Amino acid sequence: MSRQSTRLDVKKVNSELFTLTYGAIVSQLMKDYENVEDVNKQLDRMGYNIGVRMVEDFLARTNSARCNDLRETADKIQYAFKMYLGITPALTNWSAAGDEFSLTFDSNPLTEFVELPDNYQNLKYSNVLCGALRGSCEMVQMDVSCWFAQDQLKGDLATELRIKFNKRLEDAIPAGED
Amino acid sequence: MGIYGVYIVSKSGGLIFNYDYNVPKIETEQTFSYPLDLKLMLENNRLLVSFGQRDNIKVGHVLLAINGIPVAGRKLEDGKDALDMLDDATNYPLNLKFGRPKMTVNEKIFLASMFYPLFAIASQLSPELRSSGIETLEADTFKLQCYQTLTGIKFMVIADPSHAGLEQLLKKIYELYTDYALKNPFYSLEMPIRCELFDTNLQVLLEQADKNGIGAN
Repeated sequence: MSRQSTRLDVKKVNSELFTLTYGAIVSQLMKDYENVEDVNKQLDRMGYNIGVRMVEDFLARTNSARCNDLRETADKIQYAFKMYLGITPALTNWSAAGDEFSLTFDSNPLTEFVELPDNYQNLKYSNVLCGALRGSCEMVQMDVSCWFAQDQLKGDLATELRIKFNKRLEDAIPAGED
Repeated sequence: MGIYGVYIVSKSGGLIFNYDYNVPKIETEQTFSYPLDLKLMLENNRLLVSFGQRDNIKVGHVLLAINGIPVAGRKLEDGKDALDMLDDATNYPLNLKFGRPKMTVNEKIFLASMFYPLFAIASQLSPELRSSGIETLEADTFKLQCYQTLTGIKFMVIADPSHAGLEQLLKKIYELYTDYALKNPFYSLEMPIRCELFDTNLQVLLEQADKNGIGAN
């Protein structure tokens, strides 16, 4: 019996189309705001809005249980990257306290065809990812901070996305879950 | 077997979606002569049978129509007062239609937000630590199955007590919600879901679940 939602599960889209669409958004934002800082902020906001919806999709498809440890969260984030972007970032640089880690990418699908012009060196091109991670973690009652520690676009060897766990949002945890 | 309805409650406890799938319609129409052998009373702006159950007219049924003219509150649609009409012997014989009262949208919102604290209380009352809230609520005529997502949204389905596989069905409804409500750019979170695609896909899912008696694969 074929159902529509199972059909959606296997629907794959060429990553180049995604890369180019994202590029169009960023370049449009650069035109609209003419200010790199504003664009960074806007990308983060857009990512956040994507994240708060995307996490439901992730949960509905994977049947995940609540994480009680950041390592579990890290594994799930890694899996989510595989699901949504088709890449498996490495989990590295754990802090001693276990509340901070990095996702290291060899290649970033968002930046496949991108070179940053000299005057855009402050642009956080893939900032939408930070926003999306923050938004989706917030929906499962975790307050995290995300930022790019290294970026291949800026001449670094790898792209490193740093994630720091701030706190559990205790008062937002739904009844029967805490 | 049978699924009666689906409710979705947002994480703040508001009803954001409800769908009556297969609520059996109970209505009886009969001709009465004077004096009326049923006791009627006005409650919640509806005329309901308080005593004098007979045939298919049960206590709790409401007066729906007189001589085919619908009754709204205590007034008929043409402006006449229903109670006055029933008291007047010259109007008889009268053709009265009684039926199970339909829930208004407001009552549904009220009941849905009522479930929210019950769910929370259940998890507090539990003798064990870290208990979930109410997952199944059973009565002799229906069963309510509730699934709360990690983000706090509650999906509820009301079905016949013998219906199996409601848990899987709820997971499927969750998938539909993520696909057709959340991915709709014009849907804002926490607001009532008015998405046609969601409605149609839900209907298809419920039909399958109803037919197979399981969560439909």
